[in-house]
Amino acid sequence: MNAAILVQAAGEFTRTSGGEAATFWVLAPVAVLAALGMVLARSAVHGALLLVVNLFCLAVFYLLQDAPFLGFVQIIVYTGAIMVLFLFVLMLVGVDSADSLVETLRGQRMAAIVLGAGFAGLLVFPIGGVISGTKAAGLAAANNGGNIQAIARLLFTDYVFAFEIVSALLIIAAVGAMILAHRERAGGKITQKEMLRRRFAAGGPVTPVPGPGVYARPQAADVTPALPPASDDPGHPGDSGDSAGGDADSPHPVGAGKGAAR
Amino acid sequence: MNPANYLILSALLFTIGAVGVLLRRNAIVVFMCVELMLNAANLTLVTFSRINGTLDGQIIAFFVMVVAAAEVVIGLAVILTIFRTRRSASVDDVNLLKY
Amino acid sequence: MSTVPMSRVPTHPAAVPMVTRYAMPHEPHYASATGIFSVMWLLLVLPLAGAAILLLGGRRTNRWGHLLATAAAATSFVVALLLFFALLGRSGDDRAVSQHLFSWIPVNSFQVDAGLLFDQLSALFVLLITGVGTLIHVYSIGYMAHDPARRKFFAYMNLFLASMLLLVLGDNFLVLYAGWELVGLSSYLLIKFWEDRPAAATAANKAFYMNRVGDVGLALAVMFMFATVGSTNFDTVFGAAAAGVIGYGTLTAIALLLLLGACGKSGQFPLQAWLPDAMEGPTPISALIHAATMVTAGVYLIARANPIFTETQAARTVVVIIGAGTILIGCVIGCAYDDIKKVLAYSTVSQIGYMFLAVGLGPAGYALGIMHLLAHGFFKAGLFLGAGSVIHAMNDEQDMRKYGALWRLMPVTWATFGICYLAIIGFPPLSGFFTKDKIIEAAFDKGGTSGYLLGSAALLGAGITAFYMTRLFLMTFHGERRWSDKGPRAVHPHESPRVMTGPMIPLAIGAAVAGGLFVLGGSVQNWLAPVVGESAEEGVHTMSPVVLTALTLLVAAGGFAGAYLRYQLRPVEAVAPPDAEVGLVTVAARHDLYANTFNEAVFMRPGQYATRFLVWLDTVGVDGAVRGSAAAVGGLSGRLRRTQTGFVRSYALSMLGGAVLVVGALYLVKVG
Repeated sequence: MNAAILVQAAGEFTRTSGGEAATFWVLAPVAVLAALGMVLARSAVHGALLLVVNLFCLAVFYLLQDAPFLGFVQIIVYTGAIMVLFLFVLMLVGVDSADSLVETLRGQRMAAIVLGAGFAGLLVFPIGGVISGTKAAGLAAANNGGNIQAIARLLFTDYVFAFEIVSALLIIAAVGAMILAHRERAGGKITQKEMLRRRFAAGGPVTPVPGPGVYARPQAADVTPALPPASDDPGHPGDSGDSAGGDADSPHPVGAGKGAAR
Repeated sequence: MNPANYLILSALLFTIGAVGVLLRRNAIVVFMCVELMLNAANLTLVTFSRINGTLDGQIIAFFVMVVAAAEVVIGLAVILTIFRTRRSASVDDVNLLKY
Repeated sequence: MSTVPMSRVPTHPAAVPMVTRYAMPHEPHYASATGIFSVMWLLLVLPLAGAAILLLGGRRTNRWGHLLATAAAATSFVVALLLFFALLGRSGDDRAVSQHLFSWIPVNSFQVDAGLLFDQLSALFVLLITGVGTLIHVYSIGYMAHDPARRKFFAYMNLFLASMLLLVLGDNFLVLYAGWELVGLSSYLLIKFWEDRPAAATAANKAFYMNRVGDVGLALAVMFMFATVGSTNFDTVFGAAAAGVIGYGTLTAIALLLLLGACGKSGQFPLQAWLPDAMEGPTPISALIHAATMVTAGVYLIARANPIFTETQAARTVVVIIGAGTILIGCVIGCAYDDIKKVLAYSTVSQIGYMFLAVGLGPAGYALGIMHLLAHGFFKAGLFLGAGSVIHAMNDEQDMRKYGALWRLMPVTWATFGICYLAIIGFPPLSGFFTKDKIIEAAFDKGGTSGYLLGSAALLGAGITAFYMTRLFLMTFHGERRWSDKGPRAVHPHESPRVMTGPMIPLAIGAAVAGGLFVLGGSVQNWLAPVVGESAEEGVHTMSPVVLTALTLLVAAGGFAGAYLRYQLRPVEAVAPPDAEVGLVTVAARHDLYANTFNEAVFMRPGQYATRFLVWLDTVGVDGAVRGSAAAVGGLSGRLRRTQTGFVRSYALSMLGGAVLVVGALYLVKVG
């Protein structure tokens, strides 16, 4: 209810004045810059966040164009669900795998930029020129009685079969994702005994390692904790005699040791 | 305001997405670029809906969103599976199917 | 040239309107099939269904397949009998009943309907085919009892029956042609029935090829008919021929092409060489297809096309020359062979020569040819079944020099074979006496020098026939025993089971009485008159019939006496004397009068050279072009292949390139 009033207010505001134009000219550069940033960002997480910005802008454009339902669906489904899914997978795959931006395919970057420029030019200049004088018919009549109601009416009458098929598609996609992500266990279930044996076989610290910032490797009370590391190598733990297989370059030796023990 | 501006914006976004697909090697980023292209198309649909004064464009945009959701689910599952076996999310590493 | 009045063709004033290019003044009219005749199609469908069930049913039908096939043949015979008696009940002019089955080829001006015609001529053939066919089916139950592929054999036999019935029942030349090809197919399938024998496979191929030569003739004849008359229906074509609408040259060409087809199918000179080789097939097949029915299709064709042949003297002259020549060729070669089935095969060739001679004589002889054909169907089928019985008893030995003195051991075979043998040499009052005598008489009655020449050839043929058939009979059943029931090649001859001797008895009875029934009172001649025209009027004889009959008997007795003196009173060598010790004629006869050599030299070798040239042309020219372009495409694709890098981004790049092209084209077309 609140949302409807909000939408109505926004619609009134944007349509009655140059509000729409103002909103557009503010947000359109933001959207383009965000898109460019996504493409150019070295880190995938930054790219995802920039895409969220872009999608928000598009949602506002939907609202501006009398499509409040789509605008909110955009926010809820895209920026809400889908982008979270993206980030989830990014975290699973590993955030540290930042792309090197060095092109490996010969001529790919040049060709892509030239073709992209040509494509954009073809779309924007001639075609844009043709339709530039177009007047919008507006959706006031179509949205009479409420945009959501009108969409629902269409969806359950003219587009009911497409709707049903799409719902089937969603179910299939869900099942397919489960099948794809499902991992067959190769052997039997790993017992506690087996797990223990593996931990000892790995040769690392067998006890749980302390959290970050704790420099004491053994947790026994009779061992004095090591001093903070020497000033020339702040990331390195002080006890250089430690034989634990930690990554020498890792800023978090404890976490690394834990990883190796796994 | 002239609705053609939205169309031009959408064309730009679409091109940026396409070029991103061509340039990036991280499969997830490529996928996000594809999402950008889909959204650019959606913006066109919504704009045309407004120009024509009917809601069919919005309906189709809605369907595009649903299909995109399904596609994301499957695509990310595929990426995850590939990553599990090859320890890589780069689309260039998946190039066995060639001459 | 035509001595027969035009009204000979059965006509009706109220002819049905026909779609032809010419207005026909006289058109034969066939009554449409009503009442009992509406089941005419059953004649065809019963054996066809039998064949289909046996072939599609597979091994499941092994146990009862032969019974089903025999039942199908027998039922077809019963239907034929019913239709025949129904036909008897009609008046003479009304005895041609046609049944329209379906529109077969409806192409603008080319309309061919599949229809059946049951008239006096086809009625006789249907009775012969189904009757003899049924008897031979029964015989085969015994003969093929131990063959693992008996079901297939019966399926093919049924297929043959259906095809042969289609041939004689078709009401236009195209349906006839379909039947003609189908009997060729069944003949091929049955000759190579024991296909693991190379000889049988080769013989089947030879039969097929030589038949093709004739078939081309028939096909061309049908095309000629369509080109000139615009139809292939019997009534339309014959009406046009009788009305003189077709030019003499065209008519003669059609007749000669039909004759070529007839020669191929009937094993007449110069296409006779396949028939003796076809004896590689099982003996019942030799009896049914290569003696009684299929090989007489040529005679049927000429008799059926009698309005065409009647109008063209030139073609008829060729027919009689071929007939008379083939009589002598068949007789002479028949004397030289020791293989019992080959002798019978050449006997068939020579007997069909008689039929050709008869039908070539024109209206005087059509009915005589058909009569001899029917009688021949009985006695030759009987002879082949008897020979099969002997071969069966002698462990598949076909060399007559290994036979001898079998008559006590196989009394039924001996008796039935003996009757058929007497019938073929023309012993009064058996069938051959009547029918052959009539043909010789008609040949003499042709008048002039040609009449004397043809008559003499036929007379001489009768004498030689008596000689070689007596030789065959004596060497097989009488004289010394030239086999042993001990030792490594022991045989134990015995009478065949009753299922095999049973069918031989009716055939022997038919061989004995059929000729008399046909000839006395002119029954068949009168019966066929509406189809083939009245026979020559009695009384105008070159030679008195009584004298001629006596002469014929004398010549035949001479042949018999010669054979008796040589093969009964003197011992027969168990091994044939080598070529060096026998006369020139015998050597030539042993080599089929060099027919195969001739064919190889004149047709096969040039054909092979032509083929080699074409192969060379194909290898260098066509293959060169094809391979060259293939190599070009291969090289090009080898390069294009490199664009398939496996990198998905390259593919995406080309997609974007395509999209740019599409948008650009759209821009040029719609906007620019």
